[in-house]
Amino acid sequence: MPDALSPDQPHVARRRWMAVLARADAAELSDALGSNGSLPEYRVLRGPEAGLVMVRGRTGGGGAPFNLGEMTTTRCSVRTDSGFVGHAYIAGRNERLAELAALADAMLQDPASQSRLLTDVVEKLAAAQQVRRDATASKAAATRVQFFAMRNMRT
Amino acid sequence: MSASIALPGFADPVGEAQATFRAVLDAMARPGRPQQAGERLAAPAPLDPATAATLLTLIDNETPLWLDHSAVPARDWLAFHCGAIIVDGPERATFALALSLPDLTTLSAGTHEAPESSATLILQIAALGSGTRYRLSGPGLREPTLLAAAGLSREFTAAWQQNHALYPRGVDIVLCAGTTLTALPRSVSIEEA
Repeated sequence: MPDALSPDQPHVARRRWMAVLARADAAELSDALGSNGSLPEYRVLRGPEAGLVMVRGRTGGGGAPFNLGEMTTTRCSVRTDSGFVGHAYIAGRNERLAELAALADAMLQDPASQSRLLTDVVEKLAAAQQVRRDATASKAAATRVQFFAMRNMRT
Repeated sequence: MSASIALPGFADPVGEAQATFRAVLDAMARPGRPQQAGERLAAPAPLDPATAATLLTLIDNETPLWLDHSAVPARDWLAFHCGAIIVDGPERATFALALSLPDLTTLSAGTHEAPESSATLILQIAALGSGTRYRLSGPGLREPTLLAAAGLSREFTAAWQQNHALYPRGVDIVLCAGTTLTALPRSVSIEEA
């Protein structure tokens, strides 16, 4: 992340927008969708419901896989009246976000509204998320300790 | 990810699955007695509510499911809501869904060491409570009882006698029609009345 958007690979594009939607803030996503015209009619197929998924890890990134622990996730699937099915899996327990993200996923699959939503919703949210990530990274970078001095002293 | 998942599952997944499980349990304990299931469920074509509710309750990703060809339109719905593993060969399935009586000998009858590993057939028929009358007797029935079912083929009693003779091996059947279901465990003997 962030992957480059490539129109000839629909799964890559969808993976990216689902990732952005899953990390979004519910109020932010609701505002972005709402300011973009009326929401389509839809019905919920499943959820939103919370559950656990097992997170697996590998020692050093390449060792034998082991179960790190379970994390809470919330999932939701909706179907718009125009027939598009959207899914969302959200880390943590946020049922409103899961439902909004699933609806946005369904709307993004509609070729009629896709490009408009990609620029007005997905890119906007991705930019905001990038700003937040950069801010955290720069705060963390300020506390970084360089150990070069000690190593140089020993040799 | 198919657009053919047009309908939701249970509105109250825990409560309705428990109620349906209870109905199937009671049906197995009292062969031929009708039970209600799926009254609040919008079932996908070609399934009836009782059939869909039974499947939602019993099927998950650890129970291979075989569909007869007329049940295939419900495939995406089952895969999405149950996480069902759909298998091609009936002999590998622990549950089978059929809209007309399949050849019972193709389904797994279990082994003498593990008769519980046999398949359960969920069979949707035209109607329960009308049609051909069958006399049931066996465990769970103090005296023989009558079951009326429409849409079971003519060969049913002969096929069932063959299945019943395998006891303790054999296939169990859950009959579904509309919002009614009833069960025919392998231990029951059936003759046309």
